[in-house]
Formats: sequence, C-alpha cells, structure tokens
Amino acid sequence: MIAIVDYGAGNLNSVRKAFDYLRAEIVVTDQPATLAAADKIVFPGVGHFSSLRALGSTGLREALLQAASASKPFLGICLGMQWLFEGSEECAEIAGAGIFPGKCRQFPSSVKAPHVGWNSLTVQPGSRLLRGIAQDSFVYYTHSFHAPLVAATTAATEYGLQFAGAVERDNIFGVQFHPEKSGDVGLAILKNFCEV
Amino acid sequence: MLTKRIIACLDMDGGRVVKGVRFKNLRDAGDPAECATAHARQGADEIVLLDITATSGNRKTLLDAVRGTARSLFVPFTVGGGIRQLEDAAAVFDAGADKIAINSAAVRDPALIGKIAGRFGSQAVVVAIDARKVDGSPADKSFEVFIAGGRVPTGRDAIQWAREAAACGAGEILLTSMDRDGTQSGFDCGLVRAVAEAVSIPVIASGGAGSARDFIEVFRDGRADAALAASIFHFGIENIAALKRELHHASVPVRWPC
Repeated sequence: MIAIVDYGAGNLNSVRKAFDYLRAEIVVTDQPATLAAADKIVFPGVGHFSSLRALGSTGLREALLQAASASKPFLGICLGMQWLFEGSEECAEIAGAGIFPGKCRQFPSSVKAPHVGWNSLTVQPGSRLLRGIAQDSFVYYTHSFHAPLVAATTAATEYGLQFAGAVERDNIFGVQFHPEKSGDVGLAILKNFCEV
Repeated sequence: MLTKRIIACLDMDGGRVVKGVRFKNLRDAGDPAECATAHARQGADEIVLLDITATSGNRKTLLDAVRGTARSLFVPFTVGGGIRQLEDAAAVFDAGADKIAINSAAVRDPALIGKIAGRFGSQAVVVAIDARKVDGSPADKSFEVFIAGGRVPTGRDAIQWAREAAACGAGEILLTSMDRDGTQSGFDCGLVRAVAEAVSIPVIASGGAGSARDFIEVFRDGRADAALAASIFHFGIENIAALKRELHHASVPVRWPC
C-alpha cells in the first residue's frame, strides 16, 4: 500500500490518478497512523514553502521523518522534494527534513520566474528511480525555487543554472518535476517507484 | 533547456469538441477525451479544454467531460469557460483539471485570482485575456480587453491588465488576439511581445496560428513561452508531430522527440 500524503494544500488528484492508472494500491491520507502502516510514502507538494507549516501541528512531520528513517521507500514531489532539504529561502522559519544538505533558493534574475514547462534531464547512471529513463528526457516543471546540486543528485536540469531535478539516497527519492504530468516518461518513473 | 510549449485547445459545446471560425459554423470534431489523448500522443505539451457554451445549466456536462478526459491524460490539463467563483474552480479541479482558465470573472473581480491561487497555488491559475487592437492608437500599440466571449469591451488596456493579473497571483497569461483568432494569418507578435515583456510569468500566445512559420515567429519575435492553436490541429491541417519536427529543425527548443 502506497500512502499519498494530504496535508491540506493543493490538488492531489493528478498524483492519485497516475498511480490509479498504474494499478497501484494507494490511500490518500492525512493520518500519521496510516503513514506508519503504509509500505511506501508519496509526499506531493505544491505552492508555498510556508504551507508545510501544517505538517508540524498535525503530527505528519514526525510521521514522515519516521517513515523516511525506517527505510520505507519515500518519494517527495515538487515541494515534497524541497522539504527533504534543510529549508528554503521562500520561508526561512520552516525547517525542512534536512535529509539532503543545503537550502532551496530562487532562480537568478537572468531567467523568468517561475520556471514553467518541459525541460530536459541530465541523468546520472545508477539511479533506481530513473531506471530506463533516457538521457535528455523531457519532464514538466512548475516552480519558483530550486534545490541545489548535491552528491545525491541523480538528474540535473538547466534553467539559469544547474539545479537538482531528482535526488536519491537509499530509500529516499525526490523529484522537483511533476512525474504525474510528464507523459510516458513520468509514468515510467512512477512505475519504477512502485517496483522499488 | 526549457522548451517552448505547443498547446492544443479543444473548444467544447454540449460535451462535444466543436470547431468553427469565430464561434460560427460550428462543426463536430469529436469526443473530448479521445481528441485530448490523440493530441497528447502526437506531442501536444498541454491540453486546454474550453467550454464555449458556458451556461450554468451545463456544468454537469463540463465536469463529466473533464473527468473523462483527465482519466487517461498525463500532460498538464487546463479547463476554462464559465468559472465565476472559487466553488466553480474547485469543482473543475476535483474533476481532474490541473489548471483553470478564468477570463470575464477575473476582470469583474480580480480578487478571484488570488482566492483560487491561495487555495490551489498560482501554478493552477491561468488568466485568459481577449484583446483587440485599438484602431488609430499610436503605432498600433494599444490593445483593449474584451470579455464575455469577446462581445463586451471593457475600456481596459491589455498590457496593464496582464500586469495586474500577475500581481494578483496568476500563474500564466493566455493571450488571445481577437483580430487574428480563426484567421490562420499568424499570431499578433506585437501584442504577444508587449505582454511577455511586461510580466515575468509565462505568456501563451493564441489566435491566428496557421503554419509552422507562425509558431517560429511568435516564439522568436513575440517572445511567447507557449503557443496555442485549435482549428489547425483538429482537422489535421497541421499535425503536431510534424509541427514540432519543423520547429526543432528551425532551432526552436521543443520537446522533441517526446
């Protein structure tokens, strides 16, 4: 059972729909106990980093950290990936999980923000999540802040600078793009997560 | 590299995709779900479903079409037409849309943009602007906003309105040139460029697409981030896959192959 975390912000329909299409067994939940019982966690996020404040008051933050440290496959999408880092310039007083080092930052002023549209991935070999994904595959992004390149970066994307499109370490996976909106490439990535 | 998006627009009336010239002489062009997946398979980067009947009695038909289309569509999906309040938007999101497009309602109540963005994120709010050149304006650089499907002039300047919409929380601007809409005589690159330079959010050019050359021009000269077309894609006049191949060969960055 894959638990999709609903912390009350944004629209989870597309993520749910993609896993339905892949015939994965899913539950959408805001209950820490359900996360504890699930085999895998998907943490989609959308909107402002400050919306993650809700995690603290609901017990979800603890449940997510526990799931991540319990070796459960964990996939953070968009804001959910940014949460895996230490924090974000977007809202300094909210702490991220600190699983990956560094903070999410704004794009340089040389490019328009937000970064919206299909951009390509420079894929590093050896990723389990990106298994079978061809070099320079296109995925759909929509975001104003980006995570830094770190040792765990499995795919980089260029937009004014190089940033982390995907990260991976052991059971923890993060993607800044939206696999649920990235056509066949995105579905293949979600399928990989189902099979991890 | 960030690519230029090609967006296929489906105009829907009574649950069927239709196409005419300037909403006249409508011809049936098929089932929305089938049209949307066919376009996506050909390489459309995004699908827009526009309910042109947009009467309140027809909401169920629209929501059913959105639900059916969203089920097997895995590229961004925008729905517009008749969204007047937050609840209308919420129902469309609930049926499976990723973004909503609002036009007249946003002009009448700009706070609606922020209300929807506050709940669903700015990335989910597209403000559609229908603009027409003001005759005799200096250097033809003035454009007026029209609402209610292009029937009602507002006296508002399109570039100012685009700026205000962005400041209110819009995630993208869908900019239609009423002068070019349905003519297949090329996008209005002057209008598109003026708006694209005025706002930092992406601008989708619409109205006038007729050939690959028109797309190349609107990306280069118009500085559009995306371009939308309806009629030329529906009856296969311009195949999206062929269009993208041509853009690729002209060194316009596009998602190709995809």
